[in-house]
Amino acid sequence: MSADRMWTTRVRERAVGALPPEKLLPDRQPAYVASWIYVFGVLTLAALVVILASGVVLGLKGPAWWHLTGIGRFFNGIHLWAVELFFFCMVIHLWGKFWMAAWRGGRARTWVSGAVTFLVGVGAAFTGYLSQQNFDSQWISTQAKDGLNSVGIGAFFNVTNFGQMYTFHVLLLPTVVLGLVVWHILLVRRHGVVPPFTRAALAASNAEEES
Amino acid sequence: MSAATRQRRRAHEDRYATWTGATRPYDLVKEAVVAIGAMALLATLLTIVFSSPDERPSTVAQWARTQPVDFVATASAELGGTSDTAGYGPPYNHAATGQVIGPIQLQKWAGVSHPIDTARDFVIDPLQTITNDPALNAALAAYEAASPKQQAAWNAAYAHAVERATAHGTTVTVPDAGAAGPVAPMMASLLSLAQSGGLDGALLTSRNFYQTDYTKPLLFMADGSLLSDRAEAQHLLGDQWGMMNETGSYPGQVWLWLYTFWYQIEPFRSSENADALVWALMALLSLAFICIPFIPGVRDIPRRIPLYRLIWREHYRGGA
Repeated sequence: MSADRMWTTRVRERAVGALPPEKLLPDRQPAYVASWIYVFGVLTLAALVVILASGVVLGLKGPAWWHLTGIGRFFNGIHLWAVELFFFCMVIHLWGKFWMAAWRGGRARTWVSGAVTFLVGVGAAFTGYLSQQNFDSQWISTQAKDGLNSVGIGAFFNVTNFGQMYTFHVLLLPTVVLGLVVWHILLVRRHGVVPPFTRAALAASNAEEES
Repeated sequence: MSAATRQRRRAHEDRYATWTGATRPYDLVKEAVVAIGAMALLATLLTIVFSSPDERPSTVAQWARTQPVDFVATASAELGGTSDTAGYGPPYNHAATGQVIGPIQLQKWAGVSHPIDTARDFVIDPLQTITNDPALNAALAAYEAASPKQQAAWNAAYAHAVERATAHGTTVTVPDAGAAGPVAPMMASLLSLAQSGGLDGALLTSRNFYQTDYTKPLLFMADGSLLSDRAEAQHLLGDQWGMMNETGSYPGQVWLWLYTFWYQIEPFRSSENADALVWALMALLSLAFICIPFIPGVRDIPRRIPLYRLIWREHYRGGA
């Protein structure tokens, strides 16, 4: 079999074609990327790294550890505050991208992947609250069950089953979030940061609306 | 959309696809390392200053000791089939249809996946684990041998009597409970079992040694007042925007504010189908949020309200 017909060759050529090294790890960026609003994307990613690192420590020691030791409580605090920072930065990032209309120029998938990441992130955080093994978990699970049951989800996703929620929290949803984030970053690297509105395009859009 | 309009829109999109203008140096790896360091430092500082909340969980034993009257009243409702869980419907039983969205009955269609018979699971089966109490065994035998009509009469009599029950420490006195037949001694035994901590274990018992499913004890406790009393004190009730709050003064799931918001206003607040309606609305809004780039009008808002001039002020100041 010739090399150009091999699946491996095709995948490599397509991947390198879509994301050559200079696009994947660029050392230059458009001059218009000069606002504090751009910081919140990378800060969201940084908070996610802290969440994952602190979550790995908590996971390695087991779900009861943080209730029993000072160092466990410390890592739980890091995990909690990193989650709060993650959502704070992500919401600002999303608002910034909305007002930039960042889906222009073939970047709709970048917006979609970011929006889906936010929603899956909400689920990941929710299962974390259910996995705390304290009064907060008890109350949230007994209240949230009604919403989930009312639309049939509770039949498959039982918030009062700690084992199921813990699995969702430490494995399934983080994997989905991580996969979405990688996809999102690759899309950003491939298509670049959306350029500012041009006067010509604005004039054309306005004229189109008036006609 | 006409072919000409589509062509014009495609031309606009193409203008934004690739940037061919000025660029400047950008150290992506350095930016990532600095950002991770900053977030780790900030999270550490917040932890050192504020720590994290950890209210101890409630237990059935704690409930039975601190609120014994509420415990026996709830337990008798479980036995008589009048508790919230007993009348819940899917996924726990067939006692009700559950919530609906017009003709759509998702709760019913999903079926009973976690079957719970409150009388048997919360009362009778735990009592049958007590083997050294002849009076209780006789009461249980009498209750189980009785007709459903007789059982209902005993349960109604106990429910009536327990309204006037009083507690002295952890002891409950239920006046005029004679008409309740074997239900009165059954409730007294269940209270003792719960106060000893035995009911916490009995509610988790299944065919497996290891347990992770707390559905039964949580539903039983949720039918009583202990959890809601603690929640109210911690501003966690539904009408206190509870889903997005956290115990103490900590920030909770504030990103759920919109979900919680709908429960505070009509028609959701007083609807019997509030949960299903709010979930349906949030599903629609979430889909719209994902699909913003494809929704005419919404996707044009950033162009019509030019906040972008603030974001790219240096670019436009340069005469672009």
